[in-house]
Amino acid sequence: MSKFKKDGGRPTPAINTSALPDIVFMLLFFFMVATKMRDKEMKVQTQLPQATEVEKLEKKSRLHYIFVGPPLNESFGTTPRIQLDDAFATIDDIQQYITLKNNEKDEKEIPFMTTSLKADKTVKMGIVTDIKQELRKVNALKLSYTASKEVKD
Amino acid sequence: MASRRRDIPEINAGSMADIAFLLLVFFLVTTTMDIPTGLQVALPPISEEPPEDSKQKKREVLEVLVNAADQLLVEGSPLTIDKLQQKTVDHLTNEGKDPTLSTTSTTAIVSLKNDRGTSYDMYVQVYNELTAAYNRVRDDYSMQQYGKKYTELDPQRDKDKIKEVKKKYPRKLSEAEPVSIGAQ
Repeated sequence: MSKFKKDGGRPTPAINTSALPDIVFMLLFFFMVATKMRDKEMKVQTQLPQATEVEKLEKKSRLHYIFVGPPLNESFGTTPRIQLDDAFATIDDIQQYITLKNNEKDEKEIPFMTTSLKADKTVKMGIVTDIKQELRKVNALKLSYTASKEVKD
Repeated sequence: MASRRRDIPEINAGSMADIAFLLLVFFLVTTTMDIPTGLQVALPPISEEPPEDSKQKKREVLEVLVNAADQLLVEGSPLTIDKLQQKTVDHLTNEGKDPTLSTTSTTAIVSLKNDRGTSYDMYVQVYNELTAAYNRVRDDYSMQQYGKKYTELDPQRDKDKIKEVKKKYPRKLSEAEPVSIGAQ
C-alpha cells in the first residue's frame, strides 16, 4: 500500500473559494483603469505608420477622430474613404462634423480640442491635405497624425 | 442571546465570483489597451489674402520636397531619409558657419512641401525626422545650459528654462500650400 494513501474514509474538505471574488474583482478593476472603451466600429482599414517622436494624447474627451483608409468591406472598393463616427463621409462633411462636435463641448475646451487623424499608411497625401484644409477652415488647428511608437533596435 | 445570534444565516458568496467574472469578461471585450499616440501638429490659421512675399533670405530656409514617388529633395539635391535629421540639425545649429545654411538658430526655417501623390507613410516619416531634429537640438541646448534634457524639464518648475530653449530654437516648420504635379 502506498505511504500517502489515507486509511480512513474521511471525505476531503471543500476548498475555500471565498477569496476568489476578491481576486477577480482586483483583475476587473485593473482592466477598468488600464483600458478605455472601444466605442467606434471601424469601417476603414487603418494600418498606422510608425514614428519615433510620438507624444501621448492627453485627454480622450478632447479628441475628434477622423479615419481615412481603404474600406474593410471590399464591396466598397479599394479607394481610400473617410470615416466620421460610424459612417463613411466625404470631404465636405468634415466642417459640419467638427462644428457639431464642438457645439457639444464646453466653450472653454474648444481651443484645446485636438483632431486625431488616423490614416492608413498607403493613403496618398492628397486626401490628407484636403482634410487639413477643411480643418483650417473651421479653425480646428490642433492636429495629431496618429502613429504607433517605433521601437529602435 | 447567543442562540439568536446563531440564527443569522451566512450569505452564500459562491456565485459572487461568477458575477465578477462576467463583468471582467465584459470589460475585456469592450475595451482596448492602447493609449493614442501621435505626431502633434499646429496648423496655421487660414487667411483669405494671398501669402505675402517672403522676406526670408534663401539661406535661412531649408527646403524639403517630397515628390509623388516618395523621393526626397533637400535644398535642390536628392537625399535619403536617414540623412534628413542630421541635415536639419546642421541647418538649425549652423550659426552662420556654412554660407548655404542658416545664420542664426532663431531665424532658421524648415519648409516642407509635398505632392498630392506622396504616400502618407513617407510624409509621416519625413515629418518625424524633422520633429526629431528639433527635439534633438533642443535637448542638446538644454543639456548644455541646465544639465537636463528638454523633454525632462518640468513644465511647472522649469517654465523659464523651457521658454528660453524655445526662444533659442523656435519651431519654424512651415508647410507650403498644396500643389498637384504627380499622379494622385
